[in-house]
Amino acid sequence: MSFLVLDSVGRRFGALRALSDISLSVESGELRAIIGPNGAGKTTLFNLISGFFPPTEGNITFEGAPITAVNPTELVHRGIIRTFQITEIFLSLTVYENLRIAVETAMGLNLRPWISRAQRAAVAERIAELAAIVRIESKLHRVAGELSHGDQRVVEIGIVLAKSPKLLLLDEPTAGMGDEETRHMTDLIRRLNKEQHITMLFVEHDMAIVFGIADRITVLDNGKMLAEGNAAEIAANPRVQSAYLGDAGLGNAA
Amino acid sequence: MTMEIASARTAVAKPPAPGLISRRVLGNVALGLVLLAVPFWLPLVGGYTDLASRVLIYALAAMGLNLLLGFTGGLSFGHAAYFGLGAYGVGLMLKYETHSILLALLVGTLVGGIAATLLGPIAVRRRGIYFAMITIAIGQMFYFLAVRWNSLTGGEDGLTGFSRHPIKLPGLTVPMGSVGFFYLVLVCFGACALLLWTVLNSPLGHTFVGIRENYKRLIFLGVRTKRYLAISFAISGFVVALAGGLNALLDNFTSPNTLNYTLSGDFLIIAVLGGMRNFWGPLAGAVIFILVRDYVSSITDNWMTVIGLIFVLSVLFFPLGILGFFNRKSAS
Repeated sequence: MSFLVLDSVGRRFGALRALSDISLSVESGELRAIIGPNGAGKTTLFNLISGFFPPTEGNITFEGAPITAVNPTELVHRGIIRTFQITEIFLSLTVYENLRIAVETAMGLNLRPWISRAQRAAVAERIAELAAIVRIESKLHRVAGELSHGDQRVVEIGIVLAKSPKLLLLDEPTAGMGDEETRHMTDLIRRLNKEQHITMLFVEHDMAIVFGIADRITVLDNGKMLAEGNAAEIAANPRVQSAYLGDAGLGNAA
Repeated sequence: MTMEIASARTAVAKPPAPGLISRRVLGNVALGLVLLAVPFWLPLVGGYTDLASRVLIYALAAMGLNLLLGFTGGLSFGHAAYFGLGAYGVGLMLKYETHSILLALLVGTLVGGIAATLLGPIAVRRRGIYFAMITIAIGQMFYFLAVRWNSLTGGEDGLTGFSRHPIKLPGLTVPMGSVGFFYLVLVCFGACALLLWTVLNSPLGHTFVGIRENYKRLIFLGVRTKRYLAISFAISGFVVALAGGLNALLDNFTSPNTLNYTLSGDFLIIAVLGGMRNFWGPLAGAVIFILVRDYVSSITDNWMTVIGLIFVLSVLFFPLGILGFFNRKSAS
C-alpha cells in the first residue's frame, strides 16, 4: 500500500481552479520533488496535504487512512509536518528556546506548569540530539532572529524534527540562500531522508538540487500534473522542456 | 518593530551560566528584603505605608495581566472586570457574610477568576484587535451591571459598609492596620509572583511565549493554541481578581470604576511602562504610576497628563519599558 495517495484531487478558489485532477502516490522513504513554474499550484498542493484547507474535489489518504477533511493539528499528530515558504520560527527566542518549545510539545508536556528534574533532563537531551542532527550546536544560545536566513531555516527543520515526522513537507527549503547555505540544506535534506528515514516532499526551484537528490519528480503546470518520473525521465520529457523550462532547456539547469 | 529592537539589544545572548543564575537569585532576595522593610524606610523618605500597599496591589494586577499581555501576546482591555469582581466579591462577603478577610479574599478571587475562566474561551476565539474588542465588551457588561444593580452594589455611589477586621489565626491575631495590611498584601504579592515565575519557567509558560512569538508555528506543531490562550487568560484573571479584592480592603470601599475599561488601560500602561517582557516590569511600572499619581495629583488634577507624557517618552526611548533593556531573560 502506498504511503501517501492523492486521488483526482482539486481545489477551487471561487472561479479560480488552483489545482485540478492531481493523482499521485508517494512511497514510504521516498524523497519527492514538486516542481513547476510560479502559480503552478505547488504551495496549494502542500496546503491540501497538510490540511491548511481541504480539497474541493478528490481524496487524500495517508498510511491507508483518509485525511481529506482532517485538520492540521490532527495531521501533525499523525506525522505530517510542514515548513513554510516564509520561515516560521520563534524569532526573539534563542535557538535553544526554539527547540525547547518543540521538544516539550512533542513530549506532550504543554499543559504542565512544572516538570520533574528527570523530565527536564530528557528535554535537554533531546534538544542536544536535534541540534546535532541539524548541526546548529554552535549557535544554540544565539537569538534566532539574529541568525542568517539559512540558519533560521535550519532551526525550523530542527523544530519540526522534534515531532518525529513520518512525512515532511518542505516548501522551498533553499529559497534565498547563498551557495554554502544551500549546500548545507541539501545535505541536511538528504541525510534526514537516508539516516532518519523520513519521507519527504519538497518544492524547489533550483534544478541542480532537484535533479541531484530527488528520487522522483512531479511536475505541475497551471494547476495540472504535467509529468512524473525520475530525474532522467523528467529531463528527457519534451512537454516539461517546453512548458516549464522554456528555451533554456535542461542542459543549462541540470 | 519592537521585536527587532528586542533582538538587536540581545544579539549576544549568553548561555545560562551558573554565575548569572545566582546573581538573579541575589537580585530577587534583595528585592524581597527591600519590600519587607518598606514600613521602616518608607516614612523616612516621605512616603506612607498605604501608598506602598497600593503600589503592590497595582503591580500584582499588572503582573497578572502581563502573563497574558507580555508573555502570551494577548492584548486585553477588559481585565478591570476581574479586578472589580474580586473587589465586589470581597466587599459583599465582608458586608453580609463574614468577618474573615481571608475567606472574603478567597471568595473574591474565585468569583473574578472563575469569571475569567468562563469568559476567556469566548474572547480567544478571535485574535488581535477583535480579541481586544471582545474583552472590552465583556468587561463593560460587568461595569453596567454594577452601576444598575443598586440594591446589591450601591450603584454609582459604590459599595461601602465593610471594613478590615484583624486576622484571627490559632493562637495569633494579626491586626489589620496599615502595616499589618501591607504585609498581607506583600504575602499575596510574593505568592503570586512565585506562582507566575514557576509557570513561566515550565512547559506551560514556554507554550505561552511560543504563542506570543508565532502561533502559526505552534498550530503546525499540533498545539491547540486557543486552549492555551484561555488558560493564560484564566490564570491572569485569578491574579487580577486577588489584586481587586486587596484593593477593596485597602479602601474599605469599591465602586464601579474598579470594573471600568479605563482601569484596564491603567494596568496596560503600568505593564508597558515598566517593561512587559520583563518579569518585574509591572512592579517598576506600578511604582512610577502610583507615585506620580500620588504626588502630582496633590498639585494638579491633570496628573494623567504627566503619566501620559512619561508613557509617550518611555515608549519612544525605551520601547521595552523601563526594565526592558536590563535583562530580557529574567523570566525565561
